[in-house]
Amino acid sequence: MDWGYIISVMIVSAFGVEAIVFGLAAIGINMQFGYTGLLNFGQSAFMAVGGYSVAVTVIELGANFWWGVVIAFAVTIVLALLLGIPTLRLRADYLAIVTIAASEIVRLILRSVTFKEIFGGSDGQFSFGADFFALSPLPEDLAFRIGPVVLNERQIFVLIVGWALVFLSCLIVWLLVRSPWGRVLKGIREDEDAVRSLGKNVYLYKMQALVIGGLFGAIGGIIYAVGNEAVSPDFFGTDTTFFAYAILILGGAARVFGPVLGTVIFWAIIQGTDVFLRSAIDIGVPVLSLMTGTQAAVVRFMLVGLGIMLLMIFRPQGILGDRRELALDAR
Amino acid sequence: MMPGRNVLFPGEHRSFAVMLRGTRQKDHGDDTRAVQQQQQRGERSSVHKRVVAGLLALFAAVIALMVLAQPASADGEQLSGRIENRVEGVKTPLAGVTINAVGGGFEGSATTGEDGTWVIPVPAQGEYAVTIDVTTLPEGVGLTDPEKVTFVTTVKPPNINRVVIFPLGQSTATTTSLWEQAAQLTVSGLQFGLMIALGALGLSIIYGTTGLTNFAHGEILTFGALATWTFNAGFGLPFILAAFLGLILTALFGWLNNAALWRPLRKRGTGLIAMMIVSIGLALLLRNLYLFFYGGDKAAYAEYAGLAGLSFGPVSITPTDIVSMVVAVVALAAVVLIIGKTRMGKATRAVSDNPSLASSAGINVERVITFVWVLGAALAGLGGILLGFTQQVSFQMGFQILLLIFAAVTLGGLGTISGAIVGSLVVGLFLQLTTLVIPTELKSVGALLVLIVILLVRPYGLLGRRERVG
Repeated sequence: MDWGYIISVMIVSAFGVEAIVFGLAAIGINMQFGYTGLLNFGQSAFMAVGGYSVAVTVIELGANFWWGVVIAFAVTIVLALLLGIPTLRLRADYLAIVTIAASEIVRLILRSVTFKEIFGGSDGQFSFGADFFALSPLPEDLAFRIGPVVLNERQIFVLIVGWALVFLSCLIVWLLVRSPWGRVLKGIREDEDAVRSLGKNVYLYKMQALVIGGLFGAIGGIIYAVGNEAVSPDFFGTDTTFFAYAILILGGAARVFGPVLGTVIFWAIIQGTDVFLRSAIDIGVPVLSLMTGTQAAVVRFMLVGLGIMLLMIFRPQGILGDRRELALDAR
Repeated sequence: MMPGRNVLFPGEHRSFAVMLRGTRQKDHGDDTRAVQQQQQRGERSSVHKRVVAGLLALFAAVIALMVLAQPASADGEQLSGRIENRVEGVKTPLAGVTINAVGGGFEGSATTGEDGTWVIPVPAQGEYAVTIDVTTLPEGVGLTDPEKVTFVTTVKPPNINRVVIFPLGQSTATTTSLWEQAAQLTVSGLQFGLMIALGALGLSIIYGTTGLTNFAHGEILTFGALATWTFNAGFGLPFILAAFLGLILTALFGWLNNAALWRPLRKRGTGLIAMMIVSIGLALLLRNLYLFFYGGDKAAYAEYAGLAGLSFGPVSITPTDIVSMVVAVVALAAVVLIIGKTRMGKATRAVSDNPSLASSAGINVERVITFVWVLGAALAGLGGILLGFTQQVSFQMGFQILLLIFAAVTLGGLGTISGAIVGSLVVGLFLQLTTLVIPTELKSVGALLVLIVILLVRPYGLLGRRERVG
């Protein structure tokens, strides 16, 4: 078995585009769930809004890429308000059900034949990142090699911008949660009624947390779009949201660097297992080679599901978290 | 069951123990505290072991069932599809139709077999243009959109087996009046609503008694269908027997869910939100276990497939549809009666009203919860088995219907029994009847939008009590 190849794939995936995308989505969920206690199960909808706003603005409206980013943010805020207004006054499980429903609504509309002219149906939209890559100062023949994996100049540019955004987001979250505003959010998570009795408008604070978390998700969606130079509707399914939850719980909710650590470890494990199983099948390792390639690809999802269960049962605070701080309970 | 017998006042018993522990700690200082912590740790690790053992038992049961089924998927990159003629929902596979694929210097073609399927293995990932040879189609059959002879599709992960769909139908558009369509859709809406109700009722009573919003409920539904399919198509048992065995297995599966996972978690005092997230993990795990062992294809039961419809005025309905509607109504009525009239049902309502009060009144709460899990799982399993007729059996059938179940339960009012049934029928009818105005592919969008609107106006649901839910 080629361990060098497996390890280099693990390194590349730990810091790859997917790690950035899901890291940003998890940072958004951290804002909503980790700090405020809001169960947003529709983060994939916010990611879809980000990615598709950029794609549709460039391809269908023929406008500049950066207008796409502006539109992405505007639509994200509208979506968050639409979801928040009916549900933020209700119990936590209502928000969960409505947001997961909303994410399916968004996905079904994006992949429908009816709106194919705008969103490109189940194939999605392709190649719209020219304006973004025009900013790249990197030489065109630049290539970076990690073992047998080669990254070209565009990929390196996306990674640099993406990780810069991840750390900028962490800085923003850090500044927000240590402010008086952030303390109110934590107060809402711990005891909503106590905060309300202190004269704070809980509804407004929750709405702000939902919008800000959604914006991080939208940025993640934009990075996904430029990183692949394509958006397709089925990426933005509910599994994507739950991957981000797994990442957040793994790294540690209510910790600034929880999502970052979570995403690095998560993708190293997930892609590492995938490559390991595939090469085990190729060289015919006993027992493992009874699997087919498609079955091996399913194993990662089982791992995520099992991981979510075990973490939530045995270590709900994840790697970085503090069990006393994060008393996840019914609200 | 005699709830009055084993009166141990579990709730008070527990708080008494806590009180004792507290006072002892105050009296003896650090030494005893250390000992106590050790004891507590010991207790906790035994609970850990119990949870782990429970989880293992749960998965062993799932895997044991599924190893028996053969894996279905093929390996490597390929384009595939099934050519069927679809007239008013009745599908007939077309044999001998030629499909060509061109791309990346590769050219390949395939002819559909007796079951209408075709597969073109492709050498590499990339973009392929797939063309259907319309001259090989039988007389009277054409593409619904004559322009769409060629599809350009990309073979890349995760879709290395790319399925290409050519929409076929009668070349001439059929004309039926609006009323005839509405009548047909009302019947199919009622039928689908009943299937949803079977899932929703179980979800609702489990929520009512334990407070758990179970995102893995759809996977119980799938379990019922897959188990029945395994006995029927896999082992060749007659369908009725297979369905009976499948139903019993699903009820056992529900019991196992509770005994192996949820009861230990309740004992540890895990919060409801944490349990909800655990149920998401469980759903993801189970769904992919199904996919792993059964593959991603849909399959029909060995009997009663493709029966001709009987006509009642404008409504055409197959015998299996009629039977499944009758079975669903009988099952729902039976459960409503059980919960309304029997002693166990009364205990269930007491627990869902106030668990600690019920337990101090001498009701064995854990026993009620076990009963509710078995009943809820059996209902969901029945829903899955019946849904297998209309939608065929697949690993994600339960997952696909789960959000509609949630919509139905929320619509009727979380935790109420009549609400779950009424909500389901409304969702089912709404889903089908809206297709008169909006495209069929967007019907779920409409139903889910209604869910959001209802929450704006009546957050306690159509039949829920007007109370503060915030």
